[in-house]
Order: sequence, then structure tokens, then C-alpha cells
Amino acid sequence: MTFDRRSLLLAALVLPAAPAFAQDGIRAGDLAIGAPWTRATPAGSRVAGGYMTIRNTGSEPDALVGGSLSVAGRVEIHEMAMADGVMRMRELPQGLVIPPGGSVELRPGGFHVMFLDLAQPLRQGDRVTGTLRFRRAGEVRVDYTVQAMGAGPDGRPQGHGH
Amino acid sequence: MPSLRRLRLVLWGAVAFALLFAVGLTAASLVERLAPRLPSVGEASVGGPFELTTEDGTRLSSASLAGRPFALYFGFTHCPDVCPTSMFEIAKVLEEVGPAAADLKVYFVTVDPARDTPDLLRDYTDSFDPRIVGLTGTEAEIAAVARAYRAFYRKVPTSGGDDYTMDHSTMIYLMDARGRFVTGLGHQEAHGSKVEKVRRLLAGAG
Ligand SMILES: [Cu+2]
Repeated sequence: MTFDRRSLLLAALVLPAAPAFAQDGIRAGDLAIGAPWTRATPAGSRVAGGYMTIRNTGSEPDALVGGSLSVAGRVEIHEMAMADGVMRMRELPQGLVIPPGGSVELRPGGFHVMFLDLAQPLRQGDRVTGTLRFRRAGEVRVDYTVQAMGAGPDGRPQGHGH
Repeated sequence: MPSLRRLRLVLWGAVAFALLFAVGLTAASLVERLAPRLPSVGEASVGGPFELTTEDGTRLSSASLAGRPFALYFGFTHCPDVCPTSMFEIAKVLEEVGPAAADLKVYFVTVDPARDTPDLLRDYTDSFDPRIVGLTGTEAEIAAVARAYRAFYRKVPTSGGDDYTMDHSTMIYLMDARGRFVTGLGHQEAHGSKVEKVRRLLAGAG
């Protein structure tokens, strides 16, 4: 890679219609939602996590408070943390706040949209449709790309053997 | 005024004693805070006998495992992230270790026996690797094996009616042929390090 961050940023400004930026360009009012994805589920499992980046370009805080998924009975907004080798997961009853001018990353091991009561397994390569509900921006339609079961925190397969 | 001097001495002694006591307390709490809470290599008290129900509905006694190393993990199938990634990863580790791991069993002990039936556990574990075997039991049996392995789990209610999730330990325990704890594989541990530890376990070097 010969581009540094700044030239990439410049490219983004100069080429606003570049495909790489078009695909994660879900806009909802002041919010920009980047590349939602989830993971393929093992047989028998009826839960999964939804991941993405949410940027708030406005001047007021917003909050992700809920949503839906075509193949899930229910959706909740969760936080996960690891401490002393113990995984703890909690629902965020007040939602996940997206500060003005800031962005929040939903990723494995951290904040996630929790899909519950899945009617069918999620298979790698599929796209599943859902919505996100924000306190200010309202209901937003999103498509999740189903990545591999072992996909890492960045949504790409985790390398092994190196 | 010898008595006043003696009083002063006694008072200074008390001050010195209090200071030493405070220093000792601080040091003790520091040591406690810095000490790892996870079991470490050579800790004899991790592990122990258990009796549970396998994914095939049969009973499994740890006594029948004697003579062969095994791995053990505490999880549940309603886990969105850590359990599936850990099982996916350990399957890759076994694959990379190769023929030496052909007979190594990884026991997936559910901490959610109310929802994780043997059938569900079999479907779940087999979608990663046939060497991963689901184990369940009564609440008391699960509590006993978790206590023996010093594992932590707790039921946490969520808003959806009587729904709940589980907090739980994420380490994979590697046990030797005599059922003794050798080492653990951490959830975030590098793949190569896990492969190395499993190789050493199977080579009998621990
Ligand atoms: Cu969750």
C-alpha cells in the first residue's frame, strides 16, 4: 500500500462516487452506516450478532435503540466485554448513543445488534435484510452481508497459521 | 520524667506498628490484584472427576477418560460470538495439528442445560468438528464440574420476557492423560500458540 491515510481521505473527497465508498454509504439523516455484516451460524444456534460502523455527522446525539431482521424473531442492542477470561453480555436498555461528530463501532467482542430466535441458520455469502431504529433518525433499512463463521473483528476471515 | 519518656516510646511504637500494618495491608492487596485469577500451569486443584450426559444421551464419567488427554470448554449455544468463534478456532487448531489430534476430544460443557438438549448440542458441535462433543447434565452436575474447573458462569436476564443470556469463562482447558490441568487456551490467544500447546499436550510434554 502506497497510499497513506491522508491521500485516501483526499481520494474520498475527490472521488465521492468511488464504488468502495458507495457500498457502505447508507445515509439516514445525520447518520452514515458502514457495511453491516454478520456471521454464518452453526447448526442449532438461534442467535447471531450484527456489526457495522455508525457515524453521526450532525450536531445532536442519536441512539440506536432497536431494529429487526427478516429471519429473527427479535432484535436487541447489546454490549459485550471480556474481563479475567470471562465473557459478559448485557442489553443496553437505553440504546447505544452515537455522539455528534463521532462514530461508534459495532464489532465482535463489543457492541452488537443481537439477533434472537433465528428462524433459519445464516449462511456465508447470503444477504439478510433488516432495519435499525434510531431515536432521532428513525427506522433505517439495512442489508447484512453474511461472512464466514470465523470472520474476525473487521469482518474478514481470521488468518490462521501466521 | 522517665514515665513521660516511656509513654512517648510506647506511642511511637504504636505509630510504627500501625505504619507497618498499613504497609503490609497495601502490599497484600497489591499482590492479590496483580496475581492472575485464571488457573496457571501446575495448579493441581483445577479439574477433577465429573459425570455428565453426552450429546448422544449416554452418561460419561471422567474416569473413562483416563489414559488420554482431552480438552474442555464451558459455553452455550445461545452465545452469539465467543462460543462459535472459539469452537471454529479449535477445529482449525485440530486440523493443523493433524493426525496426532485424531483422537483428541474437545468437550463442550453447556452452562445452559435448560435450553441445550443433547440433540441440540450434537447438531451444534458437529457443525464445527466431530471431535467436539457436547456435554450436559442437571444444574447440580454442571455446577459441580464448573466448580472443579474453577470456571465461572451466571444467568443474566434480558428484557425479552423470561429470556436470559449467560456470562461464562472462555478458556479451553487442556487436560493430560491423568486428568491433570496442563494449560489453557485463551479466547484471544494467537492461533499458532494454541497449535503449539495442543501439540505439546499430545506429545505428553505438557
Ligand atoms: Cu448479545
